[in-house]
Amino acid sequence: MNQSTWDLLRSSFWPIVQGALVGTIPLALASFSIGLVLAVALALMRLSKVRVVSGIARVYISLVRGTPLLVQLFVIFYGLPSLGVVIDKWPSAVLAFSINVGGYAAEVVRAAILSVPKGQWEAAYMIGMSRRRALTRIILPQAARVSVPPLSNTFISLVKDTSLASLILVTELFRQAQEIAAFSGDFLLVYLEAAFVYWMICLLLSSIQGVLEKRLDRYVAH
Amino acid sequence: MSPTEASPPLIDVHGLSKSFGSTRVLESIELRVGRGEVLVLIGPSGSGKTTLLRCLNGLEIADGGTVEVAGARAIDFSSTPPPKVLAALRDRSAMVFQHYNLFPHKTVLENIVEGPVIVQKRPRPEVLEEALALLERVGLSEKKDSYPFELSGGQQQRVGIVRALALKPQLLLFDEPTSALDPELIGDVLGLMKELAVEGWTMVIVTHELQFAREVADEVAFVDGGVIVERGTAQQMFSAPTQERTRQFLHRLLFPF
Repeated sequence: MNQSTWDLLRSSFWPIVQGALVGTIPLALASFSIGLVLAVALALMRLSKVRVVSGIARVYISLVRGTPLLVQLFVIFYGLPSLGVVIDKWPSAVLAFSINVGGYAAEVVRAAILSVPKGQWEAAYMIGMSRRRALTRIILPQAARVSVPPLSNTFISLVKDTSLASLILVTELFRQAQEIAAFSGDFLLVYLEAAFVYWMICLLLSSIQGVLEKRLDRYVAH
Repeated sequence: MSPTEASPPLIDVHGLSKSFGSTRVLESIELRVGRGEVLVLIGPSGSGKTTLLRCLNGLEIADGGTVEVAGARAIDFSSTPPPKVLAALRDRSAMVFQHYNLFPHKTVLENIVEGPVIVQKRPRPEVLEEALALLERVGLSEKKDSYPFELSGGQQQRVGIVRALALKPQLLLFDEPTSALDPELIGDVLGLMKELAVEGWTMVIVTHELQFAREVADEVAFVDGGVIVERGTAQQMFSAPTQERTRQFLHRLLFPF
């Protein structure tokens, strides 16, 4: 490696990491939090005995999973303004990613709720709980444990998907890389560097997932 | 003969019916259990005895007949009762399950105080004190901070019984409480249940433990095909059953091969 390669690496690394810190990571965290709330609501709607309610959730999930995330993002940022709805790039990105995560995680949460043994509902009713209380105090905590591995995967996918936000000019990891690459002309090096940073973030998340699973192990009903 | 004959019964069931799809599981059950009485339900699997037990606290919703527990207004099951009415019915009883159904994400102590504190809104310090006393009684004081998965089956079931007692119910329901236990662990649980019977708890127990029934039951009812075929004292039922079906069932239980 020659001197100029080293210089480029040194000078570009921090701006890319900065992109991760101010863009990628907050974007992923915000979207995942909102998406998760949405997912729990959708999962409960899917489990509702009222046909219309479960139908709405079903259509939502089908739509989100049946269309590309990039298209969803473009509809919100470039499409909605023609209806007079102008949303800034950051909130547009959060909105699109939340809607997307909500659709995917809803099925995970639903499956997790269904995986809790019927006897847990019965014990909750037996001690006098209402359906709502049984759900929040007895069923969801157990479902949460079951859904840690699949939700971790959803989150890791989301972290990588936030690179799409670069296409609506949100300052995040990949947008930073693009700018540096265009400026320096060394596309291979800078994009590999960006890939490396994504990889490091995902490795970190995987190890957090492992710790979390171990800690929550006792929550499983046998 | 007993004072319970004079006072109104704790459980009063009329014409209770239940079907699963086209299968009739319970057919016009009439049942009366006095305060302080122990009723043991026996019968082959699929006979409807567990369904009958579960109808008493609304875990199973009957589709006909009435259930009255502890002098509350009789609940009419000709139409599905609203959740509030079912909750009121459940308030009066507590159930011990075959598979314990302890909450796996809560410690032993949290399992016990969940109902009294969160549902019944009783003061936490008072409930904790009672819970610890009950644990002490069943010999599980040192397990109070353990999680259910750390306990043996017999220990879990004793916690299940303590969880039921902590609710201060008027009626205790047992659904095959020892069927999932290893043989050497059954004694502890049955011993505890016997103590409760002696203390005067009203209990309805589904079990296959005939020796236990003989010692503890005031009355034994043989359920088969969704009806109560025969009922009487344990003595009558086991030594001189009048119905052929009862005789056959007891014979199979006593001489399995």
